[in-house]
Amino acid sequence: MPSPATVSPPTMAAVRASGAVPNAEYLLTVENVRKEFPGVLALDDVSFRLRRGTVHALMGENGAGKSTLMKILAGIYTPDRGEVRLKGVPIRLQSPLDALENGIAMIHQELNLMPFMTVAENIWIRREPLNGFGLVDHGRMRRMTADLFKRLNIGIDPESQVRDLSVANRQMVEIAKAVSYESDVLIMDEPTSALTEREVAHLFEIIRDLRGQGIGIVYITHKMNELFEIADEVSVFRDGRYIGTHLSSEVTRDDIIRMMVGRELTQMFPKETVPIGETVLSVKDLSLKGVFSDVSFEVRAGEILGIAGLVGSGRSNVAETIFGMTPATGGSIEIRGRPVTIDSPTTAIREGMAFITEDRKETGCLLILDVLENMQIAVLQDRFVKGGFVSEREVSAACAAMADKLRVKTPNLYERVENLSGGNQQKVLIGRWLLTEPRILILDEPTRGIDIGAKAEIHRLVSVLAKDGVAVIMISSEMPEVLGMSDRIMVMHEGRVTGFLDRAEADQLKVMELAAR
Amino acid sequence: MTTERTAQASLAPVQTRTRRRLPSEVNILLVLLGIALIYEVLGWIFVGQSFLMNQQRLTIMILQVSVIGIIAVGVTQVIITGGIDLSSGSVVGMTAMIAASFAQSAAWTRAVYPSLTDLPFIVPMLVGLGIGLIAGLINGALIAYTRIPPFIATLGMMVSARGISKWYTKGQPVSGLTDDFTFIGTGIAPVVVFLTVAAIFHIALRYTRYGKFTYAIGANVQAARVSGINVERHLIKVYAIAGLLAGLAGIVTAARAQTAQAGMGVMYELDAIAAAVIGGASLAGGVGRITGTVIGTIILGVMTSGFTFLRVDAYYQEIVKGMIIIAAVVVDVYRQKKRKT
Repeated sequence: MPSPATVSPPTMAAVRASGAVPNAEYLLTVENVRKEFPGVLALDDVSFRLRRGTVHALMGENGAGKSTLMKILAGIYTPDRGEVRLKGVPIRLQSPLDALENGIAMIHQELNLMPFMTVAENIWIRREPLNGFGLVDHGRMRRMTADLFKRLNIGIDPESQVRDLSVANRQMVEIAKAVSYESDVLIMDEPTSALTEREVAHLFEIIRDLRGQGIGIVYITHKMNELFEIADEVSVFRDGRYIGTHLSSEVTRDDIIRMMVGRELTQMFPKETVPIGETVLSVKDLSLKGVFSDVSFEVRAGEILGIAGLVGSGRSNVAETIFGMTPATGGSIEIRGRPVTIDSPTTAIREGMAFITEDRKETGCLLILDVLENMQIAVLQDRFVKGGFVSEREVSAACAAMADKLRVKTPNLYERVENLSGGNQQKVLIGRWLLTEPRILILDEPTRGIDIGAKAEIHRLVSVLAKDGVAVIMISSEMPEVLGMSDRIMVMHEGRVTGFLDRAEADQLKVMELAAR
Repeated sequence: MTTERTAQASLAPVQTRTRRRLPSEVNILLVLLGIALIYEVLGWIFVGQSFLMNQQRLTIMILQVSVIGIIAVGVTQVIITGGIDLSSGSVVGMTAMIAASFAQSAAWTRAVYPSLTDLPFIVPMLVGLGIGLIAGLINGALIAYTRIPPFIATLGMMVSARGISKWYTKGQPVSGLTDDFTFIGTGIAPVVVFLTVAAIFHIALRYTRYGKFTYAIGANVQAARVSGINVERHLIKVYAIAGLLAGLAGIVTAARAQTAQAGMGVMYELDAIAAAVIGGASLAGGVGRITGTVIGTIILGVMTSGFTFLRVDAYYQEIVKGMIIIAAVVVDVYRQKKRKT
């Protein structure tokens, strides 16, 4: 419920339309905002101010809270606590439409255009100019689009279908659409991630032009050089907390990195020193066309190889390729010195691999099925089955023993997995794979979105598995996790391996430098 | 709902012996009994006799829905994978025609294959099952390898199979079937076939790897793939089984009618889907049981039988039947929404 002091978005929008809104210095102010999701505190007491006519960069590691803050600004989430003020007026945005009508437009990383409609239709959707019969006036819509594109120096045919456009051009259409709302605030989420250098230059021209018109731009990026090229101010976030704001002319690259990673390593990561055995998995020049190339590494029994890198660096793709989900287009894989061809998860499992995927809900859990059904599904490929019939009693006993060992908290094995907490769902998935007795365990973000207790248990468990001689590959965006658990760290950037760091020499700064180039 | 209990509350070690939740079939069974009781009461009021205490009526009722039931057993498995099979009614017509053409007696002067009469019972049987199996394999292969939606693939099969059954004899019925063949349609034989098929696939879904993989694919096809399940091959199996059962239903239909006509089985696919959905199968996949489908089939039978018993106009029957099917799906959607929040 909005508190009595806040102005309702429609009222504010009406006031705005009348042109009576004061020309405040700060377009947008966020004060002491808190946002919690089940099991995760995404934003804790965060404040932020956007000055008119500036580009304000938000920086932070994955999971630092940038995206959550942005979604609050864009009306996608409502904060649990705290205040958002638009030109000094407290407002409570309830939907993206509220935000749009109040002059806040967001350009999402995954573009939200309708591929089978024209550029013009996409831009003016919901606001199509109508002719005297109440039908859409396509001619006028085309002219409006052409004017808009001229203003922004964009050379796209308003009549072309969005599906025929390159990613860069779609990005331009998104920006034009945002501008067409006469927005005061533009939020851009890593807008250059799919653009070439020339396209980036064009984008920056547009951004500078908009800035000159007094528009405030919130710019999220992982790229350090962009920060210094385009941003006036930068705010850094870490672990859902606001760390600080500086003029970009007054900070150095190292200052920013220190602000992003500067946290104490806790004692949560109990990787024991165990004897490292023979090479189990050896990957040579592995490539997946257009995604990553020439990835080579080895993992030995008892070793934990951490893979670090920003989202989009190709970390997860390498794992998916090794596991046969997206078969490689080049390179080779050897297991215990024997060349293998892995063209599907089925063959990967046969070779003793197990893969705990990044997205628990999308590619992991059978949410509507129970704990038992979730745990047994992989092992049934080659055990506990006689003549097609499942040995129900044996497999139940094995699953129950595994659930006990992993301390899965569930009333019984017949509880639907969707009723379990994130940490327990993850344990169920780990159990699913441990039942197959893997020799190579690949974990992608094994502790994302789970509470601190379960996190520590999973770390302990991975450590025990390594001790038992399993070769472990662990992908993680959490720096302390990578540093604490890994014997060696492989760092990736834009589909390439940028370096390896040994446990002894690795620290957050070195990893960030390799990851953020 | 019993599933609403939070899992985090308990810290005790995982129990293995705790019984499964009360099966959802209990609800459907109650619906069945409720409908039957309503008819019973209305029967005494308007017709002056009992609805349930009439063995002949009940036998006829089950006989009428047995063919639908056989199809529904296959369709349920397709629905559990998250798919749909619209072709089963047409496959019934097609297999009825083709199987019957190999079951004609020499006494009949207008046989389709005059040189192939009085064949042993096994020949038309295998021909019919084979035709159904092939139709199912084609459905499955299209869905698994071209990735076209099951709705479209089986819609195409529905139209083509119906076309084949008309083309086969240029619209002429196939009659003069041998007693050997028609045996499978006489007395309570169709009911026996239905219940046997239901029992076999109930066991297959509950106790075999085939069943576990079927549910896993329906619950989350990506996760199933990552878990090493060959999703394509499995889907082909499921659609092939559905086709095989539609073929069996075609044989039973022809045997029961002692003739085959191109129009046989029209709209059966929709009754079968309705039976599965009323029986608790979710079109979103991952949920559904053969026991539920059997009860759903009987509910359809009781509805029709009850209307006839109460001498309700046939037009009203269809109108009400449609509404009941919609009600069942609304309940399904509502159940899912409730689960998510």
